[in-house]
Amino acid sequence: MKKLLTTSALALSLAAGAASAEGKLVIYHWFEYIPQELLDKFAAEHDVEVVMDTYDSNEALLAALKAGAIGTYDVAVPGDYMVQIMAGEGLLDTIAEGELANKGNIQPQWADPAFDPGRTHSIPYQWGSTSFMVNRDVWQGDINTTDILFNPPAELSGKINMLDSQGEVLAMAALHMGIPQCSTDREQLKALNAMLQEAKTHWASFNSDTAKEVLVSGDAAVGQIYDGFGAKARAEGANVEYAFPTQGYVVWMDNVVLLKDAPNRENALKFMDFLLEPENIAAVSNYARYVAGVEGVAPYLDPELATQPESNPPAEAGPGVFIAVCDQATQEVYDQIWTNLKK
Amino acid sequence: MAGGAASGGGPRADTYAADRTWLLLPAWVTLSILVLAPVAMMLVYSFLTKEFRGGVIWEFSLAAYDQFFFDRGLFGDEPPRIEWTYILIFWRSIWQAGAATLLSLLIGLPTAYYIATRPARQRAVWLFLITIPYWVNLLIRTVSMKFLLRDQGPLNDALLGLGVIDAPLSIVNTNLAVQLGLFYSYLPFMVLPIYAAVERYNFALSEAAADLYATRWVILRRILLPNVRPGIIAGCVLVFVPSLGSFLAPDLLGGARNFMIGSLIEEQFKGNAGNWPFGAAASMILLTLVLILLLAFARAQSRESR
Repeated sequence: MKKLLTTSALALSLAAGAASAEGKLVIYHWFEYIPQELLDKFAAEHDVEVVMDTYDSNEALLAALKAGAIGTYDVAVPGDYMVQIMAGEGLLDTIAEGELANKGNIQPQWADPAFDPGRTHSIPYQWGSTSFMVNRDVWQGDINTTDILFNPPAELSGKINMLDSQGEVLAMAALHMGIPQCSTDREQLKALNAMLQEAKTHWASFNSDTAKEVLVSGDAAVGQIYDGFGAKARAEGANVEYAFPTQGYVVWMDNVVLLKDAPNRENALKFMDFLLEPENIAAVSNYARYVAGVEGVAPYLDPELATQPESNPPAEAGPGVFIAVCDQATQEVYDQIWTNLKK
Repeated sequence: MAGGAASGGGPRADTYAADRTWLLLPAWVTLSILVLAPVAMMLVYSFLTKEFRGGVIWEFSLAAYDQFFFDRGLFGDEPPRIEWTYILIFWRSIWQAGAATLLSLLIGLPTAYYIATRPARQRAVWLFLITIPYWVNLLIRTVSMKFLLRDQGPLNDALLGLGVIDAPLSIVNTNLAVQLGLFYSYLPFMVLPIYAAVERYNFALSEAAADLYATRWVILRRILLPNVRPGIIAGCVLVFVPSLGSFLAPDLLGGARNFMIGSLIEEQFKGNAGNWPFGAAASMILLTLVLILLLAFARAQSRESR
């Protein structure tokens, strides 16, 4: 609901402010993920008309591009595994060596990620984790275990909201069971299917759009959520705490990619360079409460971000893992398990 | 309002008979582009081979319909059995839509009757009041419904305050919440056609029946209801059909724990599954069901008028 309002408001304000711009830049982005002032700043600095459409999941982005939207947009912001999938589908353009002046600003740990070796298609946008939050008024016990989601204590049963997203739910379930994400072992897959059927009896709802609202309102006592979104829920006054399970949690990185057949390729590259400047990408972090992948952002960051509990896993936290990309035969089994879960 | 077209000496029904083709052209063009072409596309896609992660390969395949009707186990290599998953999802949607329709009828019929029997000036005001909530976007109304029904919401607060209940009723994330949401979303579609039918009803018939010692129950059942039946049928169709494909109310009020037809189809295009032919096949099956239903109504309707 909010995203619809934001999108139309953006479209209006952007269209109004760009009467005599030199060129254009068409962005396809997540909802509520970039401050308006930053878009205005880019538009003013480069005399470019900026237009933005939004989507609400990596899969929705892929579906729209494959259904014919490719060639309409210059840049998009897919998550780690989706960069790999989109590259495999031939939806990304290659950034030649030297085309990005600020490419050297990328932090070494993100300069050559497995999902985009050599950063030939993408630059880092923001990264963070997906875990869950627990309402501390309802449950005072240990929360750093995936049992809270999949085998909860009686106090929390029936008060759990899951993300309505196959990738995040099934990756967390794999961590809970200690099995690989793209398992081909039949016994493991059957056990996963059975475990989820049992866990579902404890879940109240599947919702991604209102993942934050249900925690703030108290409708859910446990909610699967992204770290920055969770920080916002806490800031809005809910007595909720973000969990870092000892079994592990999901890590993600969103990346700005250069799309194939971008109508304004030059401006797209300018925008990527713009987002590699520490001051600019820090503005995104301050807004979205996630972490940038660029050197030298620290002086521009809201000091609270550095100590934000959602971004600082305790020493005993399990490993953070990216969502894996499975081959077709394996993915079909996982699709079947997801359908079984929601039938 | 009533009978305005029948009285007076306006144009006869066949005044424009010679120009019929031209007059129909805009409607035909619009229908072909916006309805027939997409449905034809859907039909073709449902018989194509799926491409991994969305899209189609242009090769004929019955896989989508096979997936709908036959279960081959988690790994797809067991002997086929009847697949109940999707039939269950369809049945759930039909049941929810049916309950919402019944609820709308129970509330909508007396409401429409009440409005239609007010003096003419008051009727306009009542109709106006009925439509006011519908100036607000459906999404916002559905979210408001959730706020109203939630555990700490006004409904529970009121019931607790009045001492009717001891503990809050958990309505959100249940089937009842979905039915209430659908009922509220589509109620005017029930009230307005019935109102139009009752307004045209000649109340002299009721009076004549009463003069002949018919009880009020008999008048209702044998005189009034048969006369306003077309309005009731139209209202039921107008509420049932959009309820069947709706996914806003099930997602927001029902918690999306279980697929409805609408969300199942959406998942095939926007979700992880990315199985376009299956989404198209499920849409075609839904379309067929709705068509059969509408034809049945139309037949009942025409039998009535004969």
